[in-house]
Order: sequence, then structure tokens, then C-alpha cells
Amino acid sequence: MIGATSAIAEATARILASRGHALFLVGRRGDALSSIAADLRVRGAAQVETHVLDLNCIESQGEMLSRAVTVLGGLDVALVAHGTLSDQKACERSVELTLQEFYTNALSVISLLTHLANYFEENRHGTIAVITSVAGDRGRGSNYVYGSAKACVTAYLSGLRQRLHACGVCVLTIKPGYVDSPMTAHLKKGLLWVRPRTVANGITNALDKKKDVVYLPRFWWIIMRLVTLMPERWFRSLKI
Amino acid sequence: MTENSSYLSWGRFPRAHHIPVRLHDRHAALPNCEPKMLPYGNGRSYGDCCLNDGGVLLDTRGLDRFIDFDSKSGVMRCEAGILLRDILDFAVPRGWFLPVVPGTQLITVGGAIANDIHGKNHHRAGTFGAHVLRLELLRSDGSRLECSPEREPEWFASTIGGLGLTGLITWAEIHLKPILNPWIDVETIRYPDLETFFELSAEADRDYEYTVAWVDSSALGRSLGRGLFIRGNHASNTKNNGPSGPGRGLMVPFEIPFSLMTPLSIRVLNQTYYYSQISSRRRKTIHYAPFFFPLDGIAFWNRIYGPPGFLQYQFVVPMEHGPGVVRKTIEQSARSRMRSFMTVLKVFGDHRSYGLLSYPRPGVTLALDFPNRGGELFKLLDKLDDIVAAAGGAVYPAKDARMSGQHFRRFYPEWDRLCEYVDPRFSSSLWRRLIG
Repeated sequence: MIGATSAIAEATARILASRGHALFLVGRRGDALSSIAADLRVRGAAQVETHVLDLNCIESQGEMLSRAVTVLGGLDVALVAHGTLSDQKACERSVELTLQEFYTNALSVISLLTHLANYFEENRHGTIAVITSVAGDRGRGSNYVYGSAKACVTAYLSGLRQRLHACGVCVLTIKPGYVDSPMTAHLKKGLLWVRPRTVANGITNALDKKKDVVYLPRFWWIIMRLVTLMPERWFRSLKI
Repeated sequence: MTENSSYLSWGRFPRAHHIPVRLHDRHAALPNCEPKMLPYGNGRSYGDCCLNDGGVLLDTRGLDRFIDFDSKSGVMRCEAGILLRDILDFAVPRGWFLPVVPGTQLITVGGAIANDIHGKNHHRAGTFGAHVLRLELLRSDGSRLECSPEREPEWFASTIGGLGLTGLITWAEIHLKPILNPWIDVETIRYPDLETFFELSAEADRDYEYTVAWVDSSALGRSLGRGLFIRGNHASNTKNNGPSGPGRGLMVPFEIPFSLMTPLSIRVLNQTYYYSQISSRRRKTIHYAPFFFPLDGIAFWNRIYGPPGFLQYQFVVPMEHGPGVVRKTIEQSARSRMRSFMTVLKVFGDHRSYGLLSYPRPGVTLALDFPNRGGELFKLLDKLDDIVAAAGGAVYPAKDARMSGQHFRRFYPEWDRLCEYVDPRFSSSLWRRLIG
């Protein structure tokens, strides 16, 4: 569980813990990680280990992964859930911030996926699941920095899926819509919003069924179909 | 931080504006801000004790983690924003149950403590607070107090039933009780009048762990107080084939633009429900959820009262005044053409609650709910306050949106002792209304 303190990752971990799985949690905040770990142990996880790491320290990612493999004795599923919701307006004024957001939401993920892909390829089984976003399906004026970073990961995963298909490793692209979580606490909520628990159910379901790409909840598939089909000439004049 | 009016109490009256702050990490400090704060659980208290108009609301639902569970002793430590439902979902399959549950499982542990809630087993188990072994209180000055009956007992007593004013409860340790299965053996008895209720109650409280009565508010005169007496015990059989829990249930998807609860519809619904049980006694074994939490099956049932919302009114009076005051209350309501939709009657046990301001005390408790019809209703409830005060009783603050400060001080003479423990940066709409 990479980015284990994120609301979606925590909700997913609760389901996996209640099924008795062993979990390795990676995140930036040690205190929060240990509260989550204690909770997962009570819920029935066979084993829970924590590892404090800022995923933007890409040079430490390899070491983290080998520790995970050692303490758990191998990995069946890796869920990559870390990320930040970029402040679009601030990014427009700052190259530094834009690149920083890209680093967190795209480059650090791709770096990690390189390690994970090699590990899973060698072991010839398991699933790499990564949370991207519906925002990655088409760049929109209101959040294209975040959206394009997610799009980058989505495209990367699509290629990775082809590469790993031959050796029986699944790659799951998870595209949640609006999720009511600490990351989005400042936004106004409407009808399309769901709770992290709902998305977590969708994720474990997709893992069980070895799916490739899931929109969560599923109605986002239709919405994004329409959004991507719209001719650019119309799309460019929309304020969304 | 922006103001927001989406945090309501369950009665949907009064409405308030808040600056919400969502808490996720129990180790983090409280926000450092100018307006006063109030912890908010799942918004199931009815009046304004969970509201803080113009102030900061600490949304505790993100503090929903288990911390520790000892499967031998049943001692559970968890964060205060966890729902009783989540505890039961976890504990029941492992053979444990909460020692006290109210009429809904959709409340947080913090809310259960702050209102020192009671349930159908008050005559046996006392209040929720009686089963809290210890808790942590986070004060606005950053200090953390671990309180229990032995350690910091004054802080413990002021926090149990302390209406969320003494600081933020970050975690609590609760003693669960063992059960053999998720089922309850229930017997429902249709009874004809108030006198019979008290006879049934005296008899049932000896043999049954859970007792409560639903009262038909349409009945007056000789049959006043008639209703359905419900008594139950945890089923003792260990077979694995009892009824299963409820499925998804129904939901009222939006606020109905007008109240469906008119005096006529309330009368008809009450009568129909009373006569819906044809035999005078019915026994069955049911899952614990429909037994304890029948209304949880309909999400947002409070929306049927329309935009004005509704008011609950619950009081307790000493046993000797019980029959008289219950009769007077129902008669007075009928006289002012106010009918209660859901009327619930129970005899409390003799347990002294631990909290300074705990509501439950020995005697008879009656809960009524009224569609909010403004001035007329408020006049009636003021009259009822006088009756309750004259009988030496008390009105439940967790359900109150309108009682006077004068009455409150009389019902809760320990209020000035609580004041010493109220966090200087905490306040609530209810507290300002009652104490200033």
C-alpha cells in the first residue's frame, strides 16, 4: 500500500485486513501510519508493517520495496495511491509548483512502477493497481496540471499492461471520480461525490476479478465517454 | 476556512452556519482559530447540542479507527468518531456486543459519551458512560488528559454527559459484553392502558434485559397510554440458522417540501400501528438490528417532516409522579392539537449515572416527537417543562432545542460545576442558549 494514509488506500486496506491479508503500509506521516496499522491489526490483518517514506525520494523507493518483500515474504498486490490534488491557479503562476506536482503525481509513480514491474515480472504473478483519475481522460481548464499528470500514468499503465500480460501479471488502472476525502475537503460537494469506502469496495472487487481499467463509481465511464467524444472545437469553449 | 450550512442536527431544527474542520489524525493538535469549537459526531442528537452557530465544528467522523481489542476480556479501545454500527459489525461475529445501545446505531462513540446515552437495558446496565473504562480528552491548550473513574475522576465525570464542552474526546475504551449469537428473543404485548404498562414493566424488568413501550398517542381517556410493550433477551441458542440482518433498506432521498406529519396522519398511523398486532402477545426471534434500530432501515427518515423539521421532547420524572405526569403530558398535547408521531415510554433503573450532567436517573421516561409547528408547539413544551419541573424531573438536553436556561439549571443543578471544566475555547448553540 503506497500512500497508505490516503483515504481511499485506508478504506481499501480495511477490507483487505478483514479478509486476513498481510499488509505493508508506506506513507509520509509516521503517527498516522501507526494508527492505521493498529486499526488494521484489530480488523484481522495477519500482519501489518509500516514504512515511513516521502515517495518523492525516488532514490529510496527500491530499498523500501525490498524491505516490503523481505518482511512479507513476497507481494501479491501492490496498490499505488499516493498523490496530491494540485492547486491549478497556483500552478499557472509557478513553473516550480507545476513541476513539483508533476513530480509527485507522475514521475514518482513511474519510478516506483519501474521497480514494481521488474519485481512482478520476475515472480510471474500478482497485480499492480494504481489510482489515477477520471481527470486524466481529458485535460480541462480547471485542473489540467493534475489531469495531465494522471494521464501520463494512465498511458504508462496501458503500456505496462501489455508488457506484463505475457507473464501473467495484472495491471489495474483505477479511475475514481469525485471522492469525499481529506484531499478534497475544501471543495463543495454535489451529487456525484462518493465516500472512500464506496471506491474501496470497487477496488477490491476489481482486484478479485482481475480487471484492467475501472471507473469508480461505474457511471463515470459514461460521463468520460461523452467528455472524450466531444469535438475539441466545442470542448475548448466550455468552462469546466 | 469557509462557512457551511450542511451540518444539521437530526431534528433539522434549528439551522446553523459553521466553519467545519475535518479531523483525521488523533495525534494532531486542535485548530488554532478565533471562533469557539464544538466536536460533531454523526449529527443524531435532535436539537442544538451538536450545533455551534457561527463557530467551528470539529467533524470527528475521520477519527474512526480501532486501536486495540482484547478478544478474551472484550475490552475495546477505539477512536471517538467511529460509529456504533462499525463496532457492532466487527464485534458481533466475534461474540461481543455493545453494553448499551440507543435507538440508532448511527452515532459515534464520542457522541454516546458526550450525551451519556441510554438504551432499552437501562434498568440492568445503566448508561453508556458506565461502561467506559477510560478516555483521552484533548484540550484546546494542547494538553491531553487520560481520564477514568480512578484517574482524573473529575474530568471523567464532567466529560461523560458533558455535551462535548470539556474538550475533544480522541479515543475511548469500552467494555463489551459477550453474546452467543446476533439474535434477540422478543415478545410484544399489546396492552390497553397506562396502569397495565406499569404492571408489565415491573414484571418484565426482572426477567428481561431489554424493555420499552411504544405508546399510541391517539388514545385518550381510559385507554390513554395504551401501546405495545416490547421485551427481549439475547437469544440463548447457539444454532447458526437465525434470521439474517437487514439488507440495504430504504431512503428518503430529499427533504419533502411539506410535512407529511399532520395531526390526522399521525392519529391514523398510530391507531393503525396499535391494531396491526392482532394477537395480544407475539413471540419471535429476530436479528439485533431491527430490534434495536428499527428506524435505521429508512435513511434520512427525518426528512418527512419537511423544511420546518421536528422537535423531540424527552423527560424523566420520579416513579411516584410517573403515571400522573405521563397522563398530563399526553392530555396537554392533545388539548393543544399536537400529536406525537413516535411516543416511547420506559422505566429507568436505579443506577446513578457517572456524569455530572447525565440525563438518566431513576424514574419514568417518556419521549415524544412533534412536527415543528412554531409558536403553538413551543408554548405547549414550555407548559410541559413546568409540569416536569414541579415533579422534580428533568428534560433531555440531547433532544432539546428550546428549553429555558432557568429550567435547565433546575433540572441539572450540577451545571455550575461543569462550567469549571468547560474548555474556554469550546461552546455550542445549546450552551450559549442555556447558560449564556
